[in-house]
Amino acid sequence: MVNQHNTAPAAVPDFYHVETKRHGIWAWILSTDHKRIGLLYFATMMFFFAIAVLLGFLMRLEMLAPGKTIMEPQTYNTFFTLHGIIMIFLFIIPGLPAVFGNFMMPLMIGAKDVFFPRLNLLSWWLFLSGGLTVLVSVFLPGGPADTGWTFYVPYSVRTTTNVLPALVGAFLLGFSSILTGLNFVTTIHRMRAPGMSWFKMPLFIWAIYSTAWIQILATPIIGITLVLVLVERLFGLGIFDPTLGGDPVLYQHLFWIYSHPAVYIMILPGLGVASEILPVFARRTIFGYKFIAFSSLAIAFFGSLVWAHHMFTVGMSNTGMFVFSFLTFLVSIPSAIKVFNWIATLYKGSIVLEVPMLFILSMIIQFSIGGFTGLILGALAVNIHVTDTYFVVGHFHYVMFGGTGFALFAAMHYWFPKMFGRMYAKKPAVLSWLLATIGFNMLYFPFFFLGYLGMPRRYYDYLPEYQTYHIVATVGSWILVAGLVIMVSNLLVAIRRGTRAPSNPWGGRTLEWTVASPPPLENFLADPVVTTGPYDYSEFERVITEGK
Amino acid sequence: MTTHATTAPSVSHVHRDDVGSRMGMWLFLFTELILFGGMFIVYAVYRFRHPAEFHLAAGELDVFVGTVNTIILLTSSLTVAMSITAIQGGRKHLTLALVGMTIMLAVAFLVNKYFEWGHKFEIGLYPQSPELLARPNGEILYFGLYYMMTGVHALHVLIGMVVLAVMMVSISRDTITKDSYVRLESGALYWHLVDIIWIFLFPLFYLLH
Repeated sequence: MVNQHNTAPAAVPDFYHVETKRHGIWAWILSTDHKRIGLLYFATMMFFFAIAVLLGFLMRLEMLAPGKTIMEPQTYNTFFTLHGIIMIFLFIIPGLPAVFGNFMMPLMIGAKDVFFPRLNLLSWWLFLSGGLTVLVSVFLPGGPADTGWTFYVPYSVRTTTNVLPALVGAFLLGFSSILTGLNFVTTIHRMRAPGMSWFKMPLFIWAIYSTAWIQILATPIIGITLVLVLVERLFGLGIFDPTLGGDPVLYQHLFWIYSHPAVYIMILPGLGVASEILPVFARRTIFGYKFIAFSSLAIAFFGSLVWAHHMFTVGMSNTGMFVFSFLTFLVSIPSAIKVFNWIATLYKGSIVLEVPMLFILSMIIQFSIGGFTGLILGALAVNIHVTDTYFVVGHFHYVMFGGTGFALFAAMHYWFPKMFGRMYAKKPAVLSWLLATIGFNMLYFPFFFLGYLGMPRRYYDYLPEYQTYHIVATVGSWILVAGLVIMVSNLLVAIRRGTRAPSNPWGGRTLEWTVASPPPLENFLADPVVTTGPYDYSEFERVITEGK
Repeated sequence: MTTHATTAPSVSHVHRDDVGSRMGMWLFLFTELILFGGMFIVYAVYRFRHPAEFHLAAGELDVFVGTVNTIILLTSSLTVAMSITAIQGGRKHLTLALVGMTIMLAVAFLVNKYFEWGHKFEIGLYPQSPELLARPNGEILYFGLYYMMTGVHALHVLIGMVVLAVMMVSISRDTITKDSYVRLESGALYWHLVDIIWIFLFPLFYLLH
């Protein structure tokens, strides 16, 4: 139900047109309004995303034929390192929580802003400085880092490339992530609208909440680990240097203690977006609300206990391997709970195939493929065969790009009218979805075959028998990039020329759809009071049951 | 979602919420504990692998200096805790004096630390020094961790001093008062964190040998 009291009368300006103390760019980069900060993150993130896509595109072009195609081996090494660092730390991790968490979370819980608005601005500044530090390292003498985004010692201590700026950049990004996390946990605990009990929160909020806890609990470990590598490079303490008694495997443990939970920082908000969009376009109350909510927490919990499955071939006791393999299998249970509940939500729904829904449907299939290949990787016997091959790269991209990336695109198309107050053209958006889905699967599905046949990851050269798969993948990358270009340009055009969006174009039932598009400065003209759950489509469901 | 408008101000829109502010600060302190936790894990692993060498190397630290520093930090925790009671009673000058004393004690701690590290450098015990490289791996790791962990701790002492100095400015400008002192509480909590980390560093490096 749209709350008529909250759709802004013409007299109330939206947050773009409100009087600000500062003007021009200062009104943005020094703003503490969660909506402006969300958009700042959006712009910064898309800028870095474009760079990383370009790097990935060029890497695929290089792999079109064996031997040198367009670049030198060292350039290839720096490309996959930068592609990884940017995609992980500057795109996927901040993507949904920092952009849509910032913009939408206070709206969805009925608050005026986040709990610590100034800290929120500081987070963005740290994010920007971290990103720029990583970029600057490219242009300094010595060349960009070539260690891979994992910074494994001893190579990261010995290489002469600019590992230091990359480490400092990643540290700053981690700090930014921690501050965002603690801000969100406090906001969700303290600022929900009256009547919004925990189980009346939208499921995206549950996902953001679980994510925020992982950000708080896991990120400090990567912070100190990166500092240890940094100090090791500067002063040679010996902590990771085998000649002085240090243990490089210990580094891998510390790295993955963060970086595995970080995988769930990346995917959980994406799963939250799916739980948000599905009921709206299926016109059905979400199936198994509590199971979906708790599965987010369960994923956050189990996800913190599985890090060593990245290290089965590095050297570990058999007991350790069994335990970590078993725990890895356990993570699949809460993930599967989500997928089953989504499918059950679709069952007998009045499905509307709008653009966000299309992206989410692709996402569910791709995420499932990513999840199942994860089980293959988690099985000890098979892991020995496919570890460090394209199989891992394929699995990872299916979950991260096919899952989170597509969920992000869905979120962009779902909340675009609310953020910019305009509608986008549907036809180009559908075309971009079609191209992105075809391109994505053409690009990454051959990776599973390649990996199974033994093509190692991060290799510059390969044997001629792999070429067919590489050609298919590279052609897929062209289609994918074409889809992305159409998608982004369609949205950019819509920001200026789109038709005016109504406050609730999709028929959503959550609080952000009760305010004007774009929302006024303090979101709600009158404080909302929540009386029902977030996905109340009972009038549609009555039709279904009466039709029986 | 069904909603209806109301004109009564809701909890979410009360601008001041001390419970929430404290919650944010505690969450931040957890992240700091985990940050040090990473180093404690490294310490535990290497101590387990080289018990005898850690034992020998620990003998080189001056327990007296360490004890003095422990007393200094514990006293500073006392003064900063007293400053909260003072501000609750509305005694501005006493609060300023107590926070000031905390900062002075922090300076004393760092001066002590400076001489302690300086002495180690004099006798050639620093990373990559020929003297240290000649020793067995366990001792190299011990001193590596010693410099790393006490160094990061000293950095936190410095940050804590800056935080407390900002608090003093706020108190003198009356933005921290009898009725609104949650920021001073958060500053004091941070200082207690600095203290409690040292409480663990002291036995692990000085006493355990």
